[in-house]
Amino acid sequence: MSGPVPDPAAPLTPSGNLRRRQIFSRVAESGATVAAIIAVAVLGIVIYTVVSRGAAAISFDFLFTGTPTGIGPAIVGTGLIVAVATAIAMPLGILVAIYLTEFAGSRMAGPIRLALDLMNGLPSIIIGLFVFGILVNHRHQSGFAGSVALAIIELPLIARGTQEVLLLVPGSMREAADALGVSRWRSVLGVILPSALGGIVTATVLAVARAAGETAPLIIVDSIFDGKSVSLNPFEVVPNIPVTIFTLSEEANPEGFTRAWGSGLVLVSFILFASLGARALLARSKRKMPT
Amino acid sequence: MSARRKQFDRLGDGLLYGICLVASLLSVAIIVWIAYQVTKEAMPSISKFGLGFLTSQEWQPNFNVFGAGSLIYGTAVSSAMALVLGAPIAISIGLYLSLLAPAGVRGIVAPLVELLAAIPSVILGFWGILILAPFVHEHIEPWLHDTLGFIPLFGPPQTTGASVFTAGLILTIMVIPIIASISRDLFLAVPRDVQDGASALGATRWEVVRGVVLPSTTSGVVAASLLGLGRALGEAIAVTQVIGAGSEIHTSLFETGDTLASRIANQFNGAVTELHQPSLYYLGVILLVIGLVSNLLAQWIGRRFDYRRFSK
Repeated sequence: MSGPVPDPAAPLTPSGNLRRRQIFSRVAESGATVAAIIAVAVLGIVIYTVVSRGAAAISFDFLFTGTPTGIGPAIVGTGLIVAVATAIAMPLGILVAIYLTEFAGSRMAGPIRLALDLMNGLPSIIIGLFVFGILVNHRHQSGFAGSVALAIIELPLIARGTQEVLLLVPGSMREAADALGVSRWRSVLGVILPSALGGIVTATVLAVARAAGETAPLIIVDSIFDGKSVSLNPFEVVPNIPVTIFTLSEEANPEGFTRAWGSGLVLVSFILFASLGARALLARSKRKMPT
Repeated sequence: MSARRKQFDRLGDGLLYGICLVASLLSVAIIVWIAYQVTKEAMPSISKFGLGFLTSQEWQPNFNVFGAGSLIYGTAVSSAMALVLGAPIAISIGLYLSLLAPAGVRGIVAPLVELLAAIPSVILGFWGILILAPFVHEHIEPWLHDTLGFIPLFGPPQTTGASVFTAGLILTIMVIPIIASISRDLFLAVPRDVQDGASALGATRWEVVRGVVLPSTTSGVVAASLLGLGRALGEAIAVTQVIGAGSEIHTSLFETGDTLASRIANQFNGAVTELHQPSLYYLGVILLVIGLVSNLLAQWIGRRFDYRRFSK
């Protein structure tokens, strides 16, 4: 018998190859942790900058008057454009989701799901070009054109989000409705949709949060305004926050920068509250979902 | 049940089915309509310049000469940079969130990473011009030039931080949350017992990831990266704000450049000459084709991904 005799008094820590492997694994673990820290830090830095610089601009006049002192009309305008967009996209999205979960066979569901995914992946500037071509070209820019563009952005988000919660509705509820002789449309409208309501609202709020910050399509179809007064007619140009920020950011004017930060703070707070609220709502409605 | 009620129900069923079907067909039609409309508006430019548009680097609206060469280059370089920097970070975040983080930390970090995706691009771009670009210009660019200057990509820093490099960094920030949240879901779906099996054989945590988790999710991770790439290719606003709207191809990343989407956002409202607007639409057609191809590719690769070899 040959070879080294293990020293019975040696400490029980790994050595040689095993030690190398363990160190490598530790390094990889810390690398992954650092990556997560980087992402959170970037979010923190961006939000800190927006809050600290934007807070200086926020005042009563800033929120409630028009240019040059405030962005009131842009706040109202963004609300209007997004509301109209959601009024278009939400019913459509829910109907598509109902079709996908309740009616479609796999032959029909495939292409529709693909279309929704492609629509979701479409660069938003292309949607702007499209809407310009059908609604603005040879006419004039309008808030409604902006709403149509945002509706195209919201539609796949609402449809896919709703579809996911509809799939979570337990099959036993459908069967119970069928067993009672309830017709399909009554069970969809009276049983399935109400029990998925929380999830549908969540998907819609997330879509609204996404649409509210979209700038590229609005640059093309709803961007030439002075923002002096509130415009409630969607068929005219409607001032809005994203284009306001973009325009101010392109001018080298320190005072404008302050207003842009202030506008950014208004937009970011709305979006963050909407996203967090939607998330909380989703958690709550999932808990309440019958099993 | 009365006959009338039955008839009413049959009508209701048919009606609900009908409008759901119409809504679904409408969403398919919109995609086709978008492709048709954008191509139609681009026709004057397509018939004038043909495929030479793709390689020509001349973009002179005043002389009615247009070409997308430098823009395609700028798009490719900035998006590639976003993917090269962003994908490894994002995949690491996915691994951290699915395998390493304690439950409490995971519940906080995961939503924060997704919030990064919720920040509007116009605000990220504005932050990019005022905060990131000066920082990059004063600290990162000189350092990279000094240490890696022998690579032509890292030329001498220019007068401002508005550069392809800064645009690439902003795009990196945008692709990270997309890739991270998809890959986290993929890693979470890898069955626990296979990982435990590897651990029981003496594999370290990294070896479990390298030997079990990553190989079984490769196609899903590639699909996620392609989705991130699609986002980077099509981003218009934030890139316009930080890239400096240059019209030439430079080897150095620290020079200005421009991308397809950013050129459209930048010049659309000022387009006056006869071929200017159709040429911007032509850029849109190129973008649409690239975007659809990367998306379809992602769908196709993603669909091949499944857990069959584990579940049986």
